Amino acid sequence: MTTVFTILFDGVAYGMLLFVLACGLAVTLGLMNFVNLAHGAFAMAGGYVCAVLVNSQGWPFFAALPLAFVVSAAIGAALERMLYRHLYTRSHLDQVLFSVGLTFMSVAAVDYIMGSSRIFIKLPAALEGQFDLFGVGIGRYRLMIIVICGLLTVALQLILARTRFGSRLRAAVDDPRAAIGLGINVPQVFAFTFAFGCGLAGLGGALSAEILGLDPYFPLKFMIYFLIVVTVGGSSSITGPFLASLLLGIGDVAAKYYVPKMGPFVIYTIMIVILIWRPNGLFGRSAAR
Amino acid sequence: MPTPTLSRRAAVAGAFSLAALFSVPAHAQETFKIGLIVPMTGGQASTGKQIDNAIKLYMQQKGDTVAGKKIEVILKDDGAVPDNTKRIAQELIVNDKVNVIAGFGVTPAALAAAPLATQAKIPQLVMAAGTSIITERSPYIVRTSFTLAQSSTIIGDWAAKNGIKRVATLTSDYAPGNDALNFFKQNFTAGGGEIVEEVKVPLQNPDFAPFLQRMKDSKPDAMFVFVPAGQGGNFMKQYAERGLDKSGIKVIGPGDVMDDDLLNNMGDAALGAVTAHLYSAAHPSAMNKEFVAAYKKAFNNRPGFMAVGGYDGIHLIYEALKKTGGKTDGDALIEAMKGMKWESPRGPISIDPETRDIVQNIYIRKVEKVDGELYNVEFATFEAVKDSGKTKK
Repeated sequence: MTTVFTILFDGVAYGMLLFVLACGLAVTLGLMNFVNLAHGAFAMAGGYVCAVLVNSQGWPFFAALPLAFVVSAAIGAALERMLYRHLYTRSHLDQVLFSVGLTFMSVAAVDYIMGSSRIFIKLPAALEGQFDLFGVGIGRYRLMIIVICGLLTVALQLILARTRFGSRLRAAVDDPRAAIGLGINVPQVFAFTFAFGCGLAGLGGALSAEILGLDPYFPLKFMIYFLIVVTVGGSSSITGPFLASLLLGIGDVAAKYYVPKMGPFVIYTIMIVILIWRPNGLFGRSAAR
Repeated sequence: MPTPTLSRRAAVAGAFSLAALFSVPAHAQETFKIGLIVPMTGGQASTGKQIDNAIKLYMQQKGDTVAGKKIEVILKDDGAVPDNTKRIAQELIVNDKVNVIAGFGVTPAALAAAPLATQAKIPQLVMAAGTSIITERSPYIVRTSFTLAQSSTIIGDWAAKNGIKRVATLTSDYAPGNDALNFFKQNFTAGGGEIVEEVKVPLQNPDFAPFLQRMKDSKPDAMFVFVPAGQGGNFMKQYAERGLDKSGIKVIGPGDVMDDDLLNNMGDAALGAVTAHLYSAAHPSAMNKEFVAAYKKAFNNRPGFMAVGGYDGIHLIYEALKKTGGKTDGDALIEAMKGMKWESPRGPISIDPETRDIVQNIYIRKVEKVDGELYNVEFATFEAVKDSGKTKK
């Protein structure tokens, strides 16, 4: 019986991780209506920054995590100002081609600089292993992921719903022209949002190295998972992607445990069923655009 | 007058092509070209890099001339994609007129090139890929790496004889993984062991957690593991995270999981894992010590079994050329390679004259800490193991 809870716990941790990795994409794709397939590249950047700081520079893991966020966000901001903003008004096909190209460049660059083998981040001993809670095996690292990601989710929701910046962002998305007319600096809002999304991806990348593995092909391997989260969750809020991540995480882990032979298919089956049932995702706005 | 100009041009072109025609065979007598096709990018890149390094090292040590031929290696990256391998092999054979094609990081790549070797009648030297059937696909294929059957049957025998009764298996769901599983199962159950749980993990698997939980719940004495080289580290970390090491479930398997290339990064979780394999950087021979030292000095990294496959591969080409006295004809080279015996960094090895596959010692090793680094320390040897994938037929 306790196994059920262990599976549930692992599933939640996996889902939370997917959410942090993908919520930046939900923002760019959903709120800014920009198809950014290079999202995983920012996650990878964060992961490598954390790995280099911890492994070669001897930084403590918890100090390197915020820096993974900051560096990825800075890269995101720089690229947004230099490259991305020119493509906001272009067709989705152009955006896809551009961002896929960027992904391949990032893969080649990281491969060249860091080598192609998988790297690991040296964790503090306190995060290793499992402990028993009423007979349920709780992985320390996974528990930390749940705590960090849970706090982030609450913070994000509050920022979007309660702060002035959140309402500016929503206004800028709903009707950019009217928003400009009201004196909102729309490009600045977008740039900031984009950078923040990239930073989250970077943090997710640093957290995921231990569980998903970090190598130069990370952006390509996990692009599909990010897209599933965003399409299933719908893109009108962050609640959608959050629930979608949890659903996919738990579904994936449980299916692999109980029916290992079918395991890998379940996540895609869930996606297909949900998209047939609600083509705009769980919380999609109905054909507004 | 347009016509004479044209014919003059034609004459010049003709002269050039004639010159080219004569100069090519004259040139080919001096150089012996090896088309090295390995993955230098992609998930299998470490295989290609190790092989390339080992060959460079060998040619540095032994010089690049043998039996009056200058050896030239043309390195091509196929990214472990069979379609690329085939196209590249064709280009190398037709355009570059290579005398040998070599490398081949994964089984599908080796199989894709096999018909070309047969057609062109040139040796195809497999330095990495490990599925049994490969050498049967062309009479021109010779292998210097290993077959999965070699290490998997041995670890199956060893486990059955050393008090391991119940085993759960976790293997990646692709040809080498299935090979490893079947050969292990065959020998382990024949020795009286029982398989209590069998899980095949998808090749592109992000998270081992659910599979490992299943392993843990089936409470085996040991788990048999085969995952592609790059995933070994992740696997061992999650194995420790879930506390399987503390619940007394040992890891056994063919040595691919504990590749020397990655072993040291796996952390103490890997300590005590018992694997059967052809090579360990800790192999206690004078030749290996020298090889490891030279490799470390040149590339600042420890050589793994892929490097040894490349090192022995180029050695085999050198020796075959010496034996034929510089004759580069494919059939003569293959004849020369058959039955060749030599001392490799991994120990004594030979090429089986019947199957053209490698015959080598398989060592049982345990991961231990030596001078602060993790090594596979050999403690038992099974001598001159042939590929049981073929001998059983």
